[in-house]
Amino acid sequence: MDSTNSVGVVETRYFTFAQNEPFQLESGATLGPVTVAYETYGRLNAERSNAVLILHALSGSQHAAGLHSPTDPKPGWWDSCIGPGKAFDTERFFVICSNVLGSCYGSTGPASIDPSTGKPYGLRFPVVTIGDMVRAQVQLIDYLGIDKLLCVAGGSMGGMQVLEWAAHHPERVRAAIPLATTARHSPMLIAFSEVGRQAIYADPAWNHGDYYDKPQKPDAGLAVARMVGHITYLSEQSMHKKFGRRLNGRERYGYEFQTEFEVENYLKYNGNNFTRRFDANSYLYVTKAMDYFDLSQPSGSLAAAFANSSRLKYLVVSFTSDWLYPSYHAKELVSALTATGADVTYLDIESTWGHDAFLLEVDTMTDLLGSFLERLTREYDIARPEPAAQAQTGSAQATEGSPHETESEVLG
Amino acid sequence: MNSESRHSPVEDQPLRPDLQVIAELIRPRSAVLDLGCGDGMLLAHLVSQKQVLGRGIELDEANILTCVRRGLSVRQGNLQEGLADYPDNSFDIVVLSQTLPFLDNPAMILQEMLRVGQRGIVSFPNWGYWRCRLHLLLRGRIPMAPDLPQEWYELPRWQAFTITDFAHFCRQIGLRITKQAYLAGSRRIYVRKYKNLLATTAVFMLDRSNH
Repeated sequence: MDSTNSVGVVETRYFTFAQNEPFQLESGATLGPVTVAYETYGRLNAERSNAVLILHALSGSQHAAGLHSPTDPKPGWWDSCIGPGKAFDTERFFVICSNVLGSCYGSTGPASIDPSTGKPYGLRFPVVTIGDMVRAQVQLIDYLGIDKLLCVAGGSMGGMQVLEWAAHHPERVRAAIPLATTARHSPMLIAFSEVGRQAIYADPAWNHGDYYDKPQKPDAGLAVARMVGHITYLSEQSMHKKFGRRLNGRERYGYEFQTEFEVENYLKYNGNNFTRRFDANSYLYVTKAMDYFDLSQPSGSLAAAFANSSRLKYLVVSFTSDWLYPSYHAKELVSALTATGADVTYLDIESTWGHDAFLLEVDTMTDLLGSFLERLTREYDIARPEPAAQAQTGSAQATEGSPHETESEVLG
Repeated sequence: MNSESRHSPVEDQPLRPDLQVIAELIRPRSAVLDLGCGDGMLLAHLVSQKQVLGRGIELDEANILTCVRRGLSVRQGNLQEGLADYPDNSFDIVVLSQTLPFLDNPAMILQEMLRVGQRGIVSFPNWGYWRCRLHLLLRGRIPMAPDLPQEWYELPRWQAFTITDFAHFCRQIGLRITKQAYLAGSRRIYVRKYKNLLATTAVFMLDRSNH
């Protein structure tokens, strides 16, 4: 990581609401209290008009940029685009990223303590939706005193939240940047989610979600779920480039069932790694939320979903090799937005990286996001924040380069 | 709008001559859709000089990136697929500059232009220009378009036609030419006769003849 344009050392903060009145969920269930873990980078301007909300993907977190300690080996998941002078320029924008409801990085989820039992929720945690996640973010934005976000941005499931904001909270946002995403989760996506969930169910250690006080966690199931997910974030071509048919640490086939190919080794490594940072029940809940996502309902038409959102400016991006969220999803979305008369910029970026591309095509993304934000700043006359009296975000610390396997760590 | 022109990121490059003529035909503060807007020269000019509400459609990624850098709203799309997403009469003007010879279905696109827009502006190279005629007559070879130098075998493929062809075509599909301007090379020419011989490029403003 280039230390000169890092936001430096950052820390996660927590906001809790619904302590008295429970939070009403789309399913009809209620939840309370609700905690939202979040981080912010940069400063609000005097008019509170320069706030940008970043939304993370399936397995991402609120830690989008900077480091958690001076010796932290790995920066936040979108550090390439958030920082001083980067696409989301923290000298100009107040950047917020929060952990979604149901996840496991500090926001309320199945691993949180159920106040009614004093034990982790497990499967007693209510099923949440993308709409619920976004309404929790609305509470956070209220708490931060922000009336209107300059923009909301995110890829994959982050993009779904972007679209949810645009469709259902248009008065709170000026612009929306959905990347590599869909307005309607497809049957293929549901199928992949279900394979992941089945892998978790099949692990005896999962124990119907009740494993938090057990020595053994459903790591094997979660690792397989992650491996399947991981494959969908790559492309046939990028796998050829990255692994080919190369063998891992051996010259010839062993004619045995060991990890032989590099691609096997990679999946195994990432699957195992994932179990150290993610909760199996959260995986079930968050994938379920994605599966329910369909903005064309209940009206049956995407254009109708955005009928009251035509004043927003949109930057929609898809990637040619993304077979998880193929470009036609973005084109459908762009058609619907165009039909409302909205101001839509759309580009299908030529890339071989598959779904991962939105984090890997850094130069093109920086160019595109930076220019779009520049235009928003000009058209809405967004002032720079007051210079900080003392660097609030902490000074940048030099660190070792981050390991190359970070990409798909945050996707889904 | 003041702040827009104050911070305008558009470099002061001279516009392509046919785009200059098109720009002159467009009223300030109109809503303009530019089909095949390229690197956004015309739209950027119209936004900064005439405060239009500008939108573009373009196929090429590099061009779209340039447009976004210029602060324009541009959507990647293929004109051959039509403009079905756009509501009727959502623009004052729809522009199609130097693109018509490349389209498979010019009638469809012209009709779509006038469904989506009140008026259309079309510029195209004129194969009726005298040098083109001489080229075919004397050399026996298909001439390149005067202001669009590209061989017949190069991509994208073009279809040659003349100002007279186009005028006939408009009548046939129910479009009315309300304004016309002609260029010879980079200069505007003012001619009443022999324009099909003298003009290298024509710029027409169109509307539906049932208006």
